[in-house]
Amino acid sequence: MARPEAEVTAQAATVRIWDVAVVGGGVVGCAVARRFALEGAAVVLLERAPDILAGASKGNSALLHTGFDAPPDSVELACMQAGYHEYLEIRERLGLPLMETGAAVVAWNEDDLVRLDAILAQAHRNGVTDVRRIDRAELMQREPNLAAHAKGAVLVPGEHVIDPWSAPLAYLTQALAHGAAVWRNAPVTGGDFDGVTWHLATPRGPVSARQVINCAGLQGDVLEHELLGSSDFEIRPRKGQFVVFDKAAAKLLTTIILPVPTERTKGVVLCRTIFGNLLVGPTAEEQPDRERAATDSATLAQLRDQAIRMLPGLADIPVTAIYAGLRPASERKEYRIAAKPGRHWITVGGIRSTGLTGALGIARHVWSLYAEQGYRHTPPEVGHWPRMPNLAEHEMRDWQQPGYGEIVCHCEMVTRREIEAALTGPLAAGDRHGLKRRTRAGMGRCQGFYCTARVAALCEGRLHE
Amino acid sequence: MSDSRPIEVDVAIVGGGPAGLAAAMALRAGGVARVTVLEREEAAGGIPRHCGHPPFGLREFRRLMTGPAYARHLVAAALAAGVDIRPRHSVVRLHPGGQLDLASPDGTRQMAARRVILATGVRETPRSARLIDGDRPLGVINTGALQAYTYLEQLRPFARPVIVGTELVAFSALLTCRKAGIRPVAMIEAGTRATARWPTSLAPRLLGVPLHLRTQLVEIRGRKNVEGVVAAGPDGTPREIACDGVILTGQFQPAAELVRASHLRLDAGSGGPAIDQFGRCSDPAFFAAGNLLRPVETAGWSWREGRRVGETVAQDLAGALPASTREVVIERDAHIKLVVPQRLAWPQFGAGIGDHVQLRVARAIAGTLSARANGQVIWQRPIDTLPERRILVPLDALPIPADARSILFQIDPRG
Repeated sequence: MARPEAEVTAQAATVRIWDVAVVGGGVVGCAVARRFALEGAAVVLLERAPDILAGASKGNSALLHTGFDAPPDSVELACMQAGYHEYLEIRERLGLPLMETGAAVVAWNEDDLVRLDAILAQAHRNGVTDVRRIDRAELMQREPNLAAHAKGAVLVPGEHVIDPWSAPLAYLTQALAHGAAVWRNAPVTGGDFDGVTWHLATPRGPVSARQVINCAGLQGDVLEHELLGSSDFEIRPRKGQFVVFDKAAAKLLTTIILPVPTERTKGVVLCRTIFGNLLVGPTAEEQPDRERAATDSATLAQLRDQAIRMLPGLADIPVTAIYAGLRPASERKEYRIAAKPGRHWITVGGIRSTGLTGALGIARHVWSLYAEQGYRHTPPEVGHWPRMPNLAEHEMRDWQQPGYGEIVCHCEMVTRREIEAALTGPLAAGDRHGLKRRTRAGMGRCQGFYCTARVAALCEGRLHE
Repeated sequence: MSDSRPIEVDVAIVGGGPAGLAAAMALRAGGVARVTVLEREEAAGGIPRHCGHPPFGLREFRRLMTGPAYARHLVAAALAAGVDIRPRHSVVRLHPGGQLDLASPDGTRQMAARRVILATGVRETPRSARLIDGDRPLGVINTGALQAYTYLEQLRPFARPVIVGTELVAFSALLTCRKAGIRPVAMIEAGTRATARWPTSLAPRLLGVPLHLRTQLVEIRGRKNVEGVVAAGPDGTPREIACDGVILTGQFQPAAELVRASHLRLDAGSGGPAIDQFGRCSDPAFFAAGNLLRPVETAGWSWREGRRVGETVAQDLAGALPASTREVVIERDAHIKLVVPQRLAWPQFGAGIGDHVQLRVARAIAGTLSARANGQVIWQRPIDTLPERRILVPLDALPIPADARSILFQIDPRG
């Protein structure tokens, strides 16, 4: 079946020159497309998969970070803090959820305890001034189910839990409402720059644009080798595996529990999800493969044990889901954002593990790099604030309102009305993974024992897998 | 619109499978007026609705039926008995004393029941909880989902799957595949023998599907769809089996999430609510029956259990079931995975959920099963069994001393 938005733009593209082609429909690409569309640029976003969020953005820990532990004075910190504030500012108008949990960096031994002061100092230096030390008694009062060997913590009140998928979906939907276009199943397979305009090749047809913004995430350096002949950075995929516990676990914990970080990684987080579960992860495993994020049982069992050591009540709670994601880290521990004015190209690479928080800030930063070059557009009136359907467990869900037809996924209480909505509209689900991300159907404790077939029947002929 | 007044009934039954429907009919037969079955699917009938093959119904209707025909018979019989069946009604929370929060397409409601019978059944363990290595492509599903594809939606999720496991349900998966024109390429089992009993375990050979014993699923491969699995045979050498789907069968677990989220006590061994021999939960307004009590029994077994719990609840509502004055806790050693019921209540009354204690072992074992009270062996017998096989110990074979607070079941392995 034809998807009207794509078909129309595909025809139009043969005659149209876009101001900007954003390559990559991850959270960063979606936010960049939104920023440029709101600033009045004609934007097309090219995504190689059947749906957006199919790469690094499909698996993360879904936290909104304050930047308290980011490298001081870095672009990453600036983007995270700008992104954090913009998310809070726009989230209600876009129907994006927020679970205000706060985080605690917990010291589990004497060595950790010694390092808390440095974490506190860095937080204050980063401008996150409400961060403070709490002693064991206050920590245990706040989180009485925590294992008894916790020694103390740094409390970061501003760290929150969000929905990792509705946010980028909202960004791109708002971009579309302001004139942007999205092509899915459209990997960039080649391209030429004639000194003024880029002519990109995709299986869905050619795309011409005056500027390319590389938000290709895990493929970012590959794209530059392909189109520019070289790349200033090298992606070193870092895999993170996660274990999700059943919803019964959520009552055991409120605050996000962070470890005292090591040189290499922020370590394993234990936190609730916006969907009412509790997750532990990620691991940090470097691997050459940019596509496959395989899980392995030994690591998952270790993660589970680690979670139980922190929160002993988890021992009795079943595992609902496992997943793994790849973070597009580079050979340096920083964002790799740079404009190449002579090539009409902006690189947005190495967005390692803070992309969900940083995306809106990154988008503003990229816009300023672009505008500094003298490009001017007339911003449209920002009239459209598309509201995302709510999947957060602590707010009103669709099943709580009459007329939903049927509950298709009983574990996650996903209604037929929600599934129908996700299969229609300007950014309808492109494949079953995308449908899951939009609705959560099949993501609950039975992992589709009951609903897989029903969902498949409702989707029959309506996806682009 | 949502109505703020609770719907009042005598007995609310959560789940309209064989156990729930049998309980409902027994309640009506016992003179209970307002019996409501809350079924979250579009039709009652439970898992048999999508088991499109025999044998069902021998115990209940003395006829050999397919699952869907059996499910239709059960529903028709319940309706004829005056049971109020409400499809597309989900119970979202249990409250003490028999209050339930409901959701239906008409809105959210509360229900106030004098007694509640929980009969939410079982499901198979999905890929995630098995922590299997590898990619996460589409096409890794349980038997339940396979049957829903083929029988309810007339879809074929794959053409050449590997079947993992040899419990009875694995053979149901095999029959389902055969009927849907799906040709399994292999059946693999980690144990040294098939879990299901002869002659069922002959089926793969009869159907030309190779059965690999002592073979472990190591990894699933595939980007979008399944491209193969890696399995390690008896010598430990991993080898790839090309396939386009994986059917993860069995490893059933009670669908006990309502219990887990409620005030009711959950039993770690069975994964279901802790009950006494009447099926009574830790809140005496709640009872439970069927496969929610333990993984896993046949539809016929669940039906009989449901009927017995229904009869007991009818007597309870009539004031005949005595409140418990003494309880004996049933304990188990580490060889034993579960025991149901988990406690016995005095005074004794009627048959309860059955006239036996049910046990299952954690892994294949042979030896002596004994019951002890006050440190003395009060009963024993030799066993040689596998995890998913039922062990029944007749209650009247257990001479429980009057002063015993608990009895302990243990297995002394042979050799």
